[in-house]
Amino acid sequence: MEPDAAQNPSPSPVPPPISAYYQTRAEHHAVVTSDWLAHAAAAAAAFPGADTADAAPPPSPGGGGVIEEFNFWRRKPEAAEAVAAIMALAAVIRSSRATTMMELEIELKKASDKLKSWDATSISLSAACDLFMRFVTRTSHLEHEKFDAAKSRLIERGEKFGEISLKARKTIAMLSQDFIYDGCTILVHGYSRVVLEVLKLAASNRKLFRVLCTEGRPDRTGLRMSNELAALGIPVKVLIDSAVAYSIDEVDMVFVGADGVVESGGIINMMGTYQIALVAHTMDKPVYVAAESYKFARLYPLDQKDMTPAHRPIDFGVPIPIGVEVETSARDYTPPQYLTLLLTDLGVLTPSVVSDELIQLYL
Amino acid sequence: MDLRRPPRSSSGGVEPKIRQVGFFTPDASAPSEPMPPAAVVQAPSAQQRPVTASPPASDDFSQGRLSPVMIPPPRHADHLALGPHPPAAADVVLATSAPVRSSPRLDIVSEIGDDDSWSRAPSAVELEENKCGLAEIRNEGAPASIPQKQKTSKAERRAIQEAQRAAKAAAKEADKSGKSAGAAMSKQAKPAKTAQKKDVPQAASTLASEKKATERPPEREKKLDAPHPRMQFDDVHKVEKAKKRAVVNQSEAQNRVELFRHLPQYVHGTQLPDLESKFFQLEPMHPSVYKVGLQYLSGEVSGGNDRCVAMLLAFKEAIKDYTTPTNKTLSRDLTAKISSYVSFLIECRPLSISMGNAIRFLKSRIAKLPHALSESEAKTSLQSDIDRFINEKIVLADKVIVSHAITKVRDNDVLLTYGSSTVVEMILDYAHELGRNFRVVVVDSRPKLEGQGLLRRLVAKGINCTYTHINAISYIMHEVTRVLLGASSILSNGTVYSRVGTASVAMVAHAFGVPVLVCCEAYKFHERVQLDSICANELGDPDVILKIPGKAEDHLKNWADSANLQLLNLTYDATPPDYVSMIITDYGMLPPTSVPVIVREYRKEQLWI
Repeated sequence: MEPDAAQNPSPSPVPPPISAYYQTRAEHHAVVTSDWLAHAAAAAAAFPGADTADAAPPPSPGGGGVIEEFNFWRRKPEAAEAVAAIMALAAVIRSSRATTMMELEIELKKASDKLKSWDATSISLSAACDLFMRFVTRTSHLEHEKFDAAKSRLIERGEKFGEISLKARKTIAMLSQDFIYDGCTILVHGYSRVVLEVLKLAASNRKLFRVLCTEGRPDRTGLRMSNELAALGIPVKVLIDSAVAYSIDEVDMVFVGADGVVESGGIINMMGTYQIALVAHTMDKPVYVAAESYKFARLYPLDQKDMTPAHRPIDFGVPIPIGVEVETSARDYTPPQYLTLLLTDLGVLTPSVVSDELIQLYL
Repeated sequence: MDLRRPPRSSSGGVEPKIRQVGFFTPDASAPSEPMPPAAVVQAPSAQQRPVTASPPASDDFSQGRLSPVMIPPPRHADHLALGPHPPAAADVVLATSAPVRSSPRLDIVSEIGDDDSWSRAPSAVELEENKCGLAEIRNEGAPASIPQKQKTSKAERRAIQEAQRAAKAAAKEADKSGKSAGAAMSKQAKPAKTAQKKDVPQAASTLASEKKATERPPEREKKLDAPHPRMQFDDVHKVEKAKKRAVVNQSEAQNRVELFRHLPQYVHGTQLPDLESKFFQLEPMHPSVYKVGLQYLSGEVSGGNDRCVAMLLAFKEAIKDYTTPTNKTLSRDLTAKISSYVSFLIECRPLSISMGNAIRFLKSRIAKLPHALSESEAKTSLQSDIDRFINEKIVLADKVIVSHAITKVRDNDVLLTYGSSTVVEMILDYAHELGRNFRVVVVDSRPKLEGQGLLRRLVAKGINCTYTHINAISYIMHEVTRVLLGASSILSNGTVYSRVGTASVAMVAHAFGVPVLVCCEAYKFHERVQLDSICANELGDPDVILKIPGKAEDHLKNWADSANLQLLNLTYDATPPDYVSMIITDYGMLPPTSVPVIVREYRKEQLWI
């Protein structure tokens, strides 16, 4: 293995920066393979540098604190990244020494900007920060309230966000039961906690259905998903990613999660979602997106290249020949015309309503 | 009781003719009541039949119109026509005075009729010869107006003054139509004048119903100040009425296009010289408004934003020079003034959606002025409101649109734009300033060829450009990565209402899979729904189509002589929302399906009523 690892870096002289978002997700998925071991070693090599970088700004404990707090919450598998961001911002409020809402707002703005720039590729991170800042802005307009009361209310709101996230998943799972019927076959792509919750609730309601999982290279998220589903007693079949078109005729519906829901009503999700949606749309299979409302973001991509690039390492198992390019993007954008419905904690929405909700929220 | 009045008055009319008795009002009314059976017995007489037939005719007339305002004009006009028979008219007047007094509404109606009848005298004679039924109706209505004059001198003076105003308006219309040639032309011109005058009462009644004015003086002023009903052509629910009138309007312009008969089609060549020659005659019009009207007519100021800004600045000047007349409130009189200015501007060129929204904004601000404000304070407040509207809804909105759109311009992009849009030009300039490496394809079309001006400005800034005609758009679209379009308006179903040709560009781009970005300020949004570009549009000068630069020989010089040839110069078209990828507005980037939300949020900001 060592000679192969040594040869791999040379074909790519300038490796693109690895997306921390997908790195964390890979750790959470914890698929133990030889590839994972190699990546774990690389990650371990990278993390001491990150810790050192974090240690560098001790003179400004507030600034460094938000990143440390975020990393602390981020490592918990059951917590979404948005929840980690909200928790970090709540910690900033708690440790803040500001005496007016204006000062607190400015301080939060700096912390929020620092969080967003820490990983520019994470949509839910940006969306959560914007959402919390919007809430803070609206709270600060309530002049009649005292500063201490407002501050404690903000902290309480931030800390309850984790509950909101869990409740959101349960709400979405409840709403989704109307779409799952006995004898249906569901195609899922990627590892999504919300989709897993949906299928778990359907199984506990004693519905009989079958699940087809895509393999989900290079992270092999499908293996993790199939493992969880099999543990619940759900019949599951794993497909290699290119077998979707072959198997689509036995599929009744497609369930996917979303890394972000954008203003056009489309979604940004793990690479391959757009391809599956195109196939399902052509074969007249409905595509349902299960996503929490805090993943709604004020972005409007026009095509795949219109997003901030998010790269991740891909191990093909053999050395890549010199001079060969590798597409390392981790996600794609699915336009709204290929999506049937969005199952969110705000209700079952058509893609065109996403923009309306965002306008209501931010206008 | 109202329905019973006409029959009694008619029967009363019969009685005096036979007996020639009863010169006093109470005496005339008393005999009419106990004599109905006698009138019935005398009905077989040939002379009496027309008189008895008039009550049902008038009833049908009023029911069909559903507007009491429409009754008096023909009656009084007919009375003037019956001048040669003074003794009979005098008898009828005396007989019918009783029912008129009993109803105050009839007084109002008859006064309005009195005003209209003065201006209608010449054309009424023509109508009488053509239609006997209308003459009978006028027999019924003619005597109603005379008692009003005898009653109050103040009302009489007002009527005379307003009749003079109406006469002046009629004279202006006659001059503008420019049809004073030989006998044949004069015959065609008179029906046109009649049609135009007929539109006046309907427009007045429409305005009255819309504004719900309950007081007489402001209502009358508004009606007189709004003689031109062209704005109604923009409403879908007025199309049927417009089509009915279209038949009469055929002589407005030669060789009208059948499909667009419901839209006003006027001869363009004579409008500007006529208006210029009347500069010193348009005393009520403020010079700045007059100047803007001339600019509209000559095409010097065009484009939704430019026209809107020019109009608002002219109104600002007019408000600055405005003084409130005695016995009038500022808000009502100023609103009437603004309405008259708007009518004048509509004459020069129909309003765009942006101008309509701006006018609504201005009128709502006038209506909301506190009563405690002094005149100078109110005027200052209105002027600052206009400045704020221009800065926030147009200037600042354009900057926000540019900041949003610039995120979609990347290096090595090929941007296609159609015609000349101010905000699109700003986007291209800003992208160039940021050092983006992109190329611009300017698509143009006759007859305006607006893209040429844009092309010169872009090349002067050093932007790499390609220029082509709309015919070649499918050939060039394969190398385009983005399409940037402006819009005159966006309707609530997402339809983009813009320069004619925009729909073609958007459809070709959609077929090639190229994203179409429409840049439009939010104040141009409208809650109307429109499915095509036929029921509402603006027709340009058909002669412009014939002029081809560089071509000496003119094959269609006398195209108007051929009845089978019509030239159509459309100004706008409607792009369905399916072909639009994104709408960039000052509230962000939206899918076309979210336009109603923006329209609704605009209402919440209380910028409109």
